[in-house]
Amino acid sequence: MDFNDTPEEARFREEAASWLAENAPTDETFRALTPLQQAKVWQKRKYDAGWACLGWAPEFGGRGASAIEEVIWRQEESQYDLPANFFLIGQGMIGPTLMAWGSDEDKARFLPPLASGEEVWCQLFSEPAGGSDLAALRTRAEPDGDSWVINGQKIWTSGAHYSDYGVIVVRTDPTVPKHKGLSYFYVDMKAPGVEIKPIKQLTGDSDFNEVYFTDVRVSDSQRLGEVGQGWQVSLTTLMNERAAIGGGFGQMDVSLAMSVAEEVEIDGRPALEDSAVRARIANWYVQEAGLKYTGYRSLTALSRGALPGPENSIGKLVGAPKMQAMSSYLMDLLGASGAIADESLAAKAGIIQRAYMGAPGLRIAGGTDEIMANIIAERVLGLPQEPRLDKGIPFNEVPTG
Amino acid sequence: MNFEFSDEQQLLREQARGFLTEHCSTSAVRAVLDGDQDWDAALWQKVAEMGWTATVIPEAYGGLGLSYYELAIIAEEMGRSAAPLPFSSSVYLASEAIQRFGTEAQKSAWLPRLAGGECVATVAMAERAGRLALDRLETRRSGSQLSGTKVPVADASIAEVAVVLARSEAGLEACLVPLQQAGVSVEPVLTFDTSRGHSVVTFDSAEAEVLGDNTINPEDWESLLDGAAVLLAWEQLGLAETALTQARDYALQRFAFGRAIGSYQAIKHKLANMYVKNTLARSNAYYGVWALAEGSDELPLAAATARVAAIQASTYAAEENIQTHGGMGFTWEFDCHFYLRRAKLLSLAIGSEAVWQDRLVLALAAQPAAA
Repeated sequence: MDFNDTPEEARFREEAASWLAENAPTDETFRALTPLQQAKVWQKRKYDAGWACLGWAPEFGGRGASAIEEVIWRQEESQYDLPANFFLIGQGMIGPTLMAWGSDEDKARFLPPLASGEEVWCQLFSEPAGGSDLAALRTRAEPDGDSWVINGQKIWTSGAHYSDYGVIVVRTDPTVPKHKGLSYFYVDMKAPGVEIKPIKQLTGDSDFNEVYFTDVRVSDSQRLGEVGQGWQVSLTTLMNERAAIGGGFGQMDVSLAMSVAEEVEIDGRPALEDSAVRARIANWYVQEAGLKYTGYRSLTALSRGALPGPENSIGKLVGAPKMQAMSSYLMDLLGASGAIADESLAAKAGIIQRAYMGAPGLRIAGGTDEIMANIIAERVLGLPQEPRLDKGIPFNEVPTG
Repeated sequence: MNFEFSDEQQLLREQARGFLTEHCSTSAVRAVLDGDQDWDAALWQKVAEMGWTATVIPEAYGGLGLSYYELAIIAEEMGRSAAPLPFSSSVYLASEAIQRFGTEAQKSAWLPRLAGGECVATVAMAERAGRLALDRLETRRSGSQLSGTKVPVADASIAEVAVVLARSEAGLEACLVPLQQAGVSVEPVLTFDTSRGHSVVTFDSAEAEVLGDNTINPEDWESLLDGAAVLLAWEQLGLAETALTQARDYALQRFAFGRAIGSYQAIKHKLANMYVKNTLARSNAYYGVWALAEGSDELPLAAATARVAAIQASTYAAEENIQTHGGMGFTWEFDCHFYLRRAKLLSLAIGSEAVWQDRLVLALAAQPAAA
C-alpha cells in the first residue's frame, strides 16, 4: 500500500497543476463579476485548453481521460479558490444521459456548449407528489401532431432560474402502472408557458425553484428514449447523481471542532480536555477518516478499471448527519453565544450556525438518509424491496393521499 | 494511489479463510465454549504449521519475516471465525514485546519457539478495575524476583511465559516470567467468553528477568499497544463481518406477517447501519495497518482511529445481529452470542473505547496537519 501516484498519474498531475498555476483566475476584474459570470468565464477557459469534462470524448469537448485522471484533476483544482460550480448537474448527470440516449444530432448540438459552460442545464424530476417515490410524478405530456404539450409542476429544481435547458420526466400514459407510463424529454427553459418561482429555504437562501408548465409545447425530436421508457432514461441520470453530489460538507470538519474545543472553556479548562468532548470528536474523526480512506480504496479500484458502485452511497449518509450533529454540539459548547449568527460576532464567522441550518437540506437532497439506507440494504446487501401497494396497478387507479 | 492489499496478500486471505472454514467451524468454537478447555490446542498446532504464529517474526529468529499486512489479513480471518486461540496474547502482544524490547539472548531464547507455536506467551497488565495507569502499578520487581497480582490475564493457563508489566526502583519494566514455577499461581477466573481462558496470576517472589535489561519508556509501551490495537481492529472487523452476514442471511430467510423480515425498513436500516460502520472500520483499519507496516509517525492517530472504529463496528454488529434474530438470537443454541462475547472481550483488552478516544484526540492535537 502506498499513497503515491503511478508515474503516469504523477505526470498527469504535474501537467494539471502547472496549467492551473498559470491559468487559475485571481485578478480583480474577475472577482468583480457575478458568481455565475465567474463560473462561465472559468469553465470556458478550461474548455478552450482541454480541461473541461475530462472524461468525455474529444468530439464532445473532453479529452477521454480515465476516472482516476478526473479525480486527480479535481484534487488539483480544489487547491484554488474558484467560483462555485453551476454546471455540476448538467455535466455530471445530464451529459451522460444525452450520451446514452440522445441522437447524434443532439449530442453534437448540446454536449460541447454544456462542456464549455455556455449553456446551463437543470433537472426537472421531483414533484410535490413525487419525491422519494419519483415515479409517482403527475406532470403529463399529451401528443399533438409531431409535438407534445406539457402541463404540471416540478419542484426542488436547482438552478432553473439560470438554466438554458432542462431534462424532464413526464407521464405520457396514466392507464398503465406508474413506471411504464413515463417519457423523458429535454425542454427549452425559455419556452412559452414555463414559469419559474424561487423557493425560499429555511436558511433564507433560494437555491431551488418551483417550475410550472402550462401548455408548454416540445417537439417529439426532443424525446430521449422511446415513449414509455422514461423511467429507464431517468435511471441513467440518477445513477450519475450520487457521483455528482457526493462529499462536500464545507468547513465543518474535525479540525474546526478541535479549534472550537481548544478555545471554549469548561470550568476554566479548555473543553478539549474534557473526556466527553474528546469522545465526540474522536467519533467524528472515525467517520471523517473512514470516509477519506474509503475514498482512497475506491480510487484504487478506479485506477484498476473498476466502476463506482452503490457502496459510494455511504458518503452522504454519514457526512450529512455528522454535519448536523457536529454543528449542533459545537454550538452547545459555545453556550448561549452559540445562537449568534452575525458573522462579525459569531465564533468562526458563523460557519457553525450556517452548517446547522443547512444540514437538514443535505440529509434530504439527492436521496434522503432513509433512501440511501434502502439503497445500501437492497443493492449492496441484497435485501428485498418493501412490498409495493401500487405495483402492477394502472397509475390512474392508485390511491393517493 | 495504491490503497489495497497485493495479489499475493489476497491469495493469503483466501487460503486463510478456506483453512479456518475447514478447521475452525462454529461447532469447533462451540466445543471450546461448552467444554473445559481454554483453547483449541489441535487448531493451534495446525495454525502454527501454517506459519501464522511466525508471520512477522524475523527470519533470523525462525520467523517468516513477512509484514504486518499479512498479519492483519490473518487477524481478520481469525476474527471472522471467532477462533478460540491465544493469537492476540501470543502474537500481537507477547511476541511483539519480546521482539521490540528483548535482549539478543531473550529474543534467541523465545522467538523461535513462539514462531513455531511450540509455546504460547501472554502479556499481564491489568491489576484492578479501571484504566491501566503505568505509573501506579503495584507489581514490583526487586533483584530477580517479582511479586504482585495481575487480573485478568488472558490465556495465562496455557502460556509458558508472560511479559509482566511491573515497576522497580528504576521505573517501569516489562519482565519475562516463566509461569510454571513455584512462585507463580495461576487460578482460573470466569469471564463471559469462556472460549478464551482468563486467570488471576499471583507472583510471590517469582523468578523474573527484565526484558531488555532496562526500564521501558511509557511511550514505547504505548507504541506496542498501538500495534496491537491495529491487529485487534482487524480481528474485530472479522467478527463484525460475520455478524452482519449472519444477520443478513437470517433476515432473508425469516418471515413475519407474510414476508421476509429483511424487506422491512426497520431491519434494512439496521443492517445498512452495520454495513456503514463496518465499512468505516475497514477503511480505518487499512489506514492503521499502513501506518504500522510502513513505520509511519501517524501510527498513534491511525491506531486509535482503527481501534475506536472497530470497537464500535463489532459491538454494534454483534448486538444488532442478536436483535435481528429475535428470541432465537438470545439462545445458547444459535451462534450469535459467539460474536457478542468476543467483540466485547477484545474491546476491553488493551484499554477500552474511552481510552482510545482520548488517545485519538491527543494524537490529533499533536499533529494538526493530519486533521
